[in-house]
Amino acid sequence: MSNELTLEKPGGAATGSGDALLSIKGVQKHFPVLDGFLFKRQVGAVHAVDGVSLDVFQGESVGLVGESGCGKSTLGRLVTRLLEPTAGEIRYNGQDITHANRKELAPIRSEIQMIFQDPYSSLNPRHTVGSIIGAPMEINGINPKGGIQRRVQELLETVGLNPEHYNRFPHEFSGGQRQRIGVARALSLNPKLIVADEPVSALDVSIQAQVVNLLQELQRELGIAFLFIAHDLSVVRHFSQRVAVMYLGKIVEIADRKSLYEAPRHPYTHALLSAVPEADPDDNRERIRLIGDVPSPLNPPSGCRFRTRCWKAQEKCSVEEPPLIQLSGSLDGHLTACHFPEGDIKRSPEEGSTAAVPEQRAEV
Amino acid sequence: MTTQAKPEEASSAGSGGDQPFLSVRDLSVRFSTEDGVVRAVDNLSFDVAPGSTLGIVGESGSGKSVTNLAVLGLHNPDRTEITGSIKLDGQELVGASNRELEKLRGKTMSMIFQDPLTALSPYHTIGKQIGETFRKHTGASKKESRDRAIEMLTRVGIPQPTTRVDDYPHQFSGGMRQRAMIAMALVCDPKLVIADEPTTALDVTVQAQILDLLKDLQQEMGTAIILITHDLGVVARTAQQIMVMYAGRAVERGTVREVLKAPQHPYTWGLLSSMPSLTGDVSVPLRPVRGTPPSLINLPTGCPFNPRCDHREQVIGGGCTTERPPLAPATGHAAACHLSAAQRQDIFIDQIKPRLG
Ligand SMILES: Nc1ncnc2c1ncn2[C@@H]1O[C@H](COP(=O)(O)OP(=O)(O)O)[C@@H](O)[C@H]1O
Ligand SMILES: Nc1ncnc2c1ncn2[C@@H]1O[C@H](COP(=O)(O)OP(=O)(O)O)[C@@H](O)[C@H]1O
Ligand code: SF4
Ligand code: SF4
Ligand SMILES: [Mg+2]
Ligand SMILES: [Mg+2]
Repeated sequence: MSNELTLEKPGGAATGSGDALLSIKGVQKHFPVLDGFLFKRQVGAVHAVDGVSLDVFQGESVGLVGESGCGKSTLGRLVTRLLEPTAGEIRYNGQDITHANRKELAPIRSEIQMIFQDPYSSLNPRHTVGSIIGAPMEINGINPKGGIQRRVQELLETVGLNPEHYNRFPHEFSGGQRQRIGVARALSLNPKLIVADEPVSALDVSIQAQVVNLLQELQRELGIAFLFIAHDLSVVRHFSQRVAVMYLGKIVEIADRKSLYEAPRHPYTHALLSAVPEADPDDNRERIRLIGDVPSPLNPPSGCRFRTRCWKAQEKCSVEEPPLIQLSGSLDGHLTACHFPEGDIKRSPEEGSTAAVPEQRAEV
Repeated sequence: MTTQAKPEEASSAGSGGDQPFLSVRDLSVRFSTEDGVVRAVDNLSFDVAPGSTLGIVGESGSGKSVTNLAVLGLHNPDRTEITGSIKLDGQELVGASNRELEKLRGKTMSMIFQDPLTALSPYHTIGKQIGETFRKHTGASKKESRDRAIEMLTRVGIPQPTTRVDDYPHQFSGGMRQRAMIAMALVCDPKLVIADEPTTALDVTVQAQILDLLKDLQQEMGTAIILITHDLGVVARTAQQIMVMYAGRAVERGTVREVLKAPQHPYTWGLLSSMPSLTGDVSVPLRPVRGTPPSLINLPTGCPFNPRCDHREQVIGGGCTTERPPLAPATGHAAACHLSAAQRQDIFIDQIKPRLG
């Protein structure tokens, strides 16, 4: 657009993912930590997102999981450009939006929408549902056929609410219904990508299932791509074709859901999956007990960030950061960042031997 | 010291065996509000055997917390009407004086909340708070109390307990605060611990640690536990008995295996079919319970689940909208539904089970 300098970054050409709807490369977000009484000075930084690369293709749902504080919401806000990255590159439909200003973002703002976890705080209590859902159209000067009210009513119907209720206020709706209002608002501008940040985490299971089904219909019928953020691994598996696992600001593993859930290679993914309690008294899966908590993102561990809780950690893990790569024995597109990955034993003998000699793979 | 460890998968709640440690009969809790009377708990009966864990599950607003605050005697008597009977080790708690309840709380029964910050004061050290509870009930000296606090912190797995004992709650991580609260709840070796969503705010790896810890401590100390949660997975991993609550009532009760492997109530079916699993077929859509939970001020007549139930047409002679189904049979695996046991069995096998994968 207007600012040639931001758009023509030399690195941009090398993206190599021409048809990705969203392509992010090495994105970082560091929040400065200030201290001092009168004169604030920066004493450190929260490494909330620390070098994340990820593509989302048209109509696809990519799930993002990880424990609280690992940077999921920050990444979602970077993608929707509610935050500006400290470093790295974000491309939408080939266009570099890393540092795009409001004016430059305007044309794509309508195409990337966000749904939040808390349907209560994201809806203005003093506005009617009609004006909440219609607001994005008004702000963007869009006048749909038949007028905004008609479109609002259509949207209410799409998300399974009574179209007659456009004059009601948010408090007159239940939690699940409020989340539907948030969905209707996100849909109002016909988005191509929705970043959904824990959209069902606050809902009871039966209501959660209603909203998941609704989002799934939208994804299928309207071909909307999703970056679906959640900490519930079962919900993410159900909703997303590909899943990325984050730990302390980094993606440690990403794969097709089948490959990730059935053959996780990263010890953290394995531990996370084994910790999920299933509603089945016959669930005899092997359980990995992780010790301790996630370290502070103010001062992440050197090398592999998971090493302070990893039962496989060795000297190398503290000195060399494992790159996110496709390990031998992994399916195409299954990337893992680990020096001593899981699952090597089960594979064929020659591949299995790589477990003993992991050095041969790990070069950046 | 009681150390009756109840074998897993023993008979259902209330069916013979051990004398229950806690026995609740026809408990009703009503609040008067501006909008009307909230029937938060309505004619609820259940038992908890010594050393065993009862999981209470249900969606938010189903009366789980209100039930347990009634057991602990923590409702404001001016605005709350409590009827029925709550017997703790034979002692009637409904109508008991505040002083009697005060003596029992923290000593014979104690609680673990979802948010440790509501239970822990920010102004006192962890050690002081744990020690005070101990002093209050045992008359121990300051020194003894501090030693006891350190011992408890050690037991719940806090590293460097001798120094961390002097930390304030904000200096602990979320998982450690939860451990500290467990230490405080167990400091007097209570016989009953009520844990209200103890892991809901925690990440799964920390949740697994806390659930393991509770189980280990229970085995060591023979404590009976009521574990309140909305997560059937958490119950499956921790409890022997389950009670499913809906609109302030028990709609199903049984052993973990009975309720999760052969559920008998349409609401339990709905809960299970709403939940995605780690291994289910992703191409099968979830089957949510339609609609939303009812208002507890204006409950539907008959079965409170009837506006959301897919099976009421099958009840011979109707009754779902007119007659309240009792939780039957009185002992063992029981459900509150007008469908006959044979009908429920058939529906579960033919329609529900195939969906659960
Ligand atoms: N505006 C902010 N200022 C400072 N730190 C922040 C800010 N937003 C998030 N963080 C920190 O960044 C880290 C990642 O947070 P977040 O993205 O919210 O994680 P998640 O969504 O995975 O729980 C956390 O340590 C959090 O405290
Ligand atoms: N002090 C109170 N006054 C009025 N209503 C209350 C009070 N406490 C709880 N309730 C209502 O009682 C019902 C059951 O609440 P609760 O036991 O907290 O549910 P949950 O199963 O989520 O723990 C809810 O509808 C709640 O709004
Ligand atoms: S790189 Fe080392 S510390 Fe990190 S996950 Fe792999 S084995 Fe564990
Ligand atoms: S009593 Fe009727 S409405 Fe209630 S659960 Fe049974 S079939 Fe459904
Ligand atoms: Mg978040
Ligand atoms: Mg509650």
